[in-house]
Amino acid sequence: MPLENVNFLVVEDSPTMRQLISFSLKRFKNARIIEAVDGVDALKKLSGPEKIDLILTDINMPVMDGLKLVSLVRQNATLRNIPIIIITTEGAEEDRERGLALGANAYISKPIQSSHLIKTISELLAV
Amino acid sequence: MTEERAEKFLELFNKGKEFTEELLRENQRLRYRLASLETESTAGFDEEVSRLRAEVQQLTEENRRIAQRFKEVEEENKDFANRYIEVEEQNNNLANLYVASYQLHSTLDFREVIQIVQEIVINLIGAESFAILLLDEKTNELKTIASEGEDVMPGIETLSTRLGDGVLGSVAKTGESYYINQDMEGGKVTLEKPLAAVPLKIKEHVIGLVVIYKLLQQKDSFSAVDYELFSLLAAHAATAIFSSKLYSQSERKLNTIQSFLDLLTTTS
Repeated sequence: MPLENVNFLVVEDSPTMRQLISFSLKRFKNARIIEAVDGVDALKKLSGPEKIDLILTDINMPVMDGLKLVSLVRQNATLRNIPIIIITTEGAEEDRERGLALGANAYISKPIQSSHLIKTISELLAV
Repeated sequence: MTEERAEKFLELFNKGKEFTEELLRENQRLRYRLASLETESTAGFDEEVSRLRAEVQQLTEENRRIAQRFKEVEEENKDFANRYIEVEEQNNNLANLYVASYQLHSTLDFREVIQIVQEIVINLIGAESFAILLLDEKTNELKTIASEGEDVMPGIETLSTRLGDGVLGSVAKTGESYYINQDMEGGKVTLEKPLAAVPLKIKEHVIGLVVIYKLLQQKDSFSAVDYELFSLLAAHAATAIFSSKLYSQSERKLNTIQSFLDLLTTTS
């Protein structure tokens, strides 16, 4: 079944990457993309009126990094069930394990392949 | 009395004889009927067998045709699947190129443009260590203005080379991109011999270089879209850098003139 009306939160300090990820997410019908530039900004958006269905976050960001964000979201009773995908340049196996251990549902290394991102999101939201 | 008995016996004998003859006739008639039925049924059976044989042959032929068509459709399916993957890849590549070009021309701030070039090289190409060099036209020297991954390739933050000297100098002079030949040069990357050096040029005029020393650990080699991105960077990054430089220069000049005019108006 095609995914529709999904609210995505894209947490990325690089405008280029934010635009590229948003570009890929537009493949989902009526997708709403909310952008945040770091972890603190993301938490603000998460506490807003918009219900977020999936979070895509970078790791290396100023103010608050992606790993801290993942850990805080998982500790929050109302947010803990939101699926999280980490998208990062950190491609080492130990980084992946650390991200997943903190509670991320998927870990994608940059440069991203749009088709891979779409497949990962579809699998996470289909459950 | 004896005659009477003989007559009765004869009468009985005659009746028996008639009955026997009748039985024999009936027997013959039945035999004949049986024989004709047997002939009829054999002929019908043979006919049915040949009809069924023809039908089996027809079905076998049809089955063979369907199997052949199935094979063809399967091949077509594989072809479509491959085409789909190609289109997906192409779509991905176009998105990368679109975003890169869009971002490069989204600002006139020199530092921002350089930051965007860095983002493209890190996030879209997947480079871990690289430098952006600009050509000083007065001294004909190429100098690093931004770099990343200094820990991997110490010295990239202070690279400096003259136009025409070494790999970097000759890329800037000829305007031809350089990619290391892994087989010929053993893949040994040095400050002077990077993985790739791409000239930033406006038409044939080179204004600088993007020099890549190391890719991210999850990336083995450059892909087809990377070469497209290099071509895009060569032209679009150059114009974006050049126009942002011109803009900041004109801003500076404008500010100086404005201050001068202010000074004149206040003193007069």
